[in-house]
Amino acid sequence: MYVSPVREPLISGEKSYSKVTEDIYAPMTGKPGKLWFGGLTLALIALGFGLFSIFITVWDGIGTWGLDRTIGWGWGITNFVWWVGIGHAGTFISAILLLFRQKWRTSINRSAEAMTIFAVMCAGLFPLIHMGRLPLGFFIFPYPNTRDVWVNFNSPLLWDVFAISTYLTVSLLFWYMGLIPDIGTIRDRLLPGLKKKVYNFLSFGWTGSARHWARHESMSLILAGLAAPLVLSVHTIVSFDFATSVIPGWHTTIFPPYFVSGAVFSGFAMVLTLMIITRKAINLEDYITKAHLESMNKIIITTGSIVGIAYITELFMAWYSGVVYEQYAFVNRAFGPYWWAYWIMMTCNVITPQLFWFKKIRRSFLATFIISIFVNIGMWFERFVIIVTSLHRDFLPSSWSMYSPTWVEVGIYIGTFGLFFTLFFLFIRAFPVIAIAEVKSVLKTSSEKFIKKGK
Amino acid sequence: MEGKAFVSGYYLDDKDLVDGIRALQEKSIEITDVRTPFPVHGLDKVLKMRRSRLPRAGFIAGALGALIGFGFQAWVFTQAWPLNFGGKPFLSVPSFIPVTFELSVLCAAFALVFGFLMRSGLGPGAPNVIFDEEVTNDRFQILLEVKGDNSEQLQAELQSAGAEGVQHHDV
Repeated sequence: MYVSPVREPLISGEKSYSKVTEDIYAPMTGKPGKLWFGGLTLALIALGFGLFSIFITVWDGIGTWGLDRTIGWGWGITNFVWWVGIGHAGTFISAILLLFRQKWRTSINRSAEAMTIFAVMCAGLFPLIHMGRLPLGFFIFPYPNTRDVWVNFNSPLLWDVFAISTYLTVSLLFWYMGLIPDIGTIRDRLLPGLKKKVYNFLSFGWTGSARHWARHESMSLILAGLAAPLVLSVHTIVSFDFATSVIPGWHTTIFPPYFVSGAVFSGFAMVLTLMIITRKAINLEDYITKAHLESMNKIIITTGSIVGIAYITELFMAWYSGVVYEQYAFVNRAFGPYWWAYWIMMTCNVITPQLFWFKKIRRSFLATFIISIFVNIGMWFERFVIIVTSLHRDFLPSSWSMYSPTWVEVGIYIGTFGLFFTLFFLFIRAFPVIAIAEVKSVLKTSSEKFIKKGK
Repeated sequence: MEGKAFVSGYYLDDKDLVDGIRALQEKSIEITDVRTPFPVHGLDKVLKMRRSRLPRAGFIAGALGALIGFGFQAWVFTQAWPLNFGGKPFLSVPSFIPVTFELSVLCAAFALVFGFLMRSGLGPGAPNVIFDEEVTNDRFQILLEVKGDNSEQLQAELQSAGAEGVQHHDV
């Protein structure tokens, strides 16, 4: 097999096939540590608080939020777009990087995809709650009803329904199909008993037959080919929610590519934040290495720079258009009452990722961890800036207004963190965090053991 | 698989496995199944497997999804309940594209996944027999079906084809 003499190993240490199985299975065995229990407890508390806040919203009505007639979209939609954005890394890694045959994908795709699914679940909650009447949520689907009306297929809000539910479903299918061989591996390591039976059920009776593998490969490739445009379509459609309106600051043709790169940017940042902790906590340092870090940081710097250029293009177009409302929207963003939000966004999203031009920084776990948190914060503020600063001073100065969230809105946001981390902690214990079979398949070309041998 | 018997031999390296398969094929011994811990590239050619028809199934389902998606929207806005949106045409093709696209992806994905599971006989709790639990770890296994009383002979053939260990299984 061809071993590149230039590329550094993706899997360090002398790993044999069975060592790979053992290492990745290890965190699932034995009693979970204090860190895990502590983390899960915190996550559950946050989730509980979020559920209480949702209850208050539904019980007392949307008036418990800080919204008014001028600012109809506040934290709710900010958080929705933020979570959907975070949900873009997983499928990007597993689909687009599969098509580009990037081998470093194999160590991170599984957990990144899990994060995608959990993030999209968190995101989906917000529009549902925002509609105010949870039990009538099914109204968004076109179903035959006694009123004989259908949903409005011309509305980007409805496209969102289709895009996000399709994205969640396809990501889930892709993720689970990738999981079944590994669940089979776990099943075969377990001693006979109930747990083994459960894993056998979940493994769909996986045998490892060459015929199954051939079909599996063929299916994964086509699914990746389908999921690649799907990833791009989701945030494109989310951006249409804004771009097809006539609000100055929203009505921009640059939105789709700008939103998609922002989404991949924030998604990768979140994956990095969590993976840097996870690899340490469950001893997977040999599988998630500096080589992975560097590759991911290169994508961060690319997408981050696209976002930076988009910000500047927006400013230029506002000036060049000669439209006073458009110009005011951007002057107001940068120097109006929400100037601080704009400059947090600019600093975190445009300046911090540029530090990755330095090789030392993009190969440092600590520096990446800190920068990734800055990016997460910056991308949250991007959505806040787009939504709130564009709305709060509309065409009629008498209806100008200021917005700040109530504890209920903050509570729901905290609750989604709770949901995300609860699912993530359970995932770490229940399923292999790294795609075992996929890592084995690149062992001969990309592990330290074989690269040394090649020399 | 009830009432059948098999002989299995395992290898510890994918290259040895391919050599072993070739050796057996030269003696025109029919290979029932090969089981590996990860997809071994080139195995489909060695085993002369037919190319999977899953891509075709995916394409057909995707095309159907697109047709249904577009057709339904067109029907709703021209036949069932035409609504005037700012004087724009009822059949506003560009605004039907997102839903059409999402539905074609969704249908194709379902077809691919269910096609894969059904063709492979996999599913929740599928009663497949696992002959060696190390196959999902680090063993590359060749399975030969025993016909009559040739078990001993097949075991010898596997051994001479370089298998690290051979075993007889009754199902």
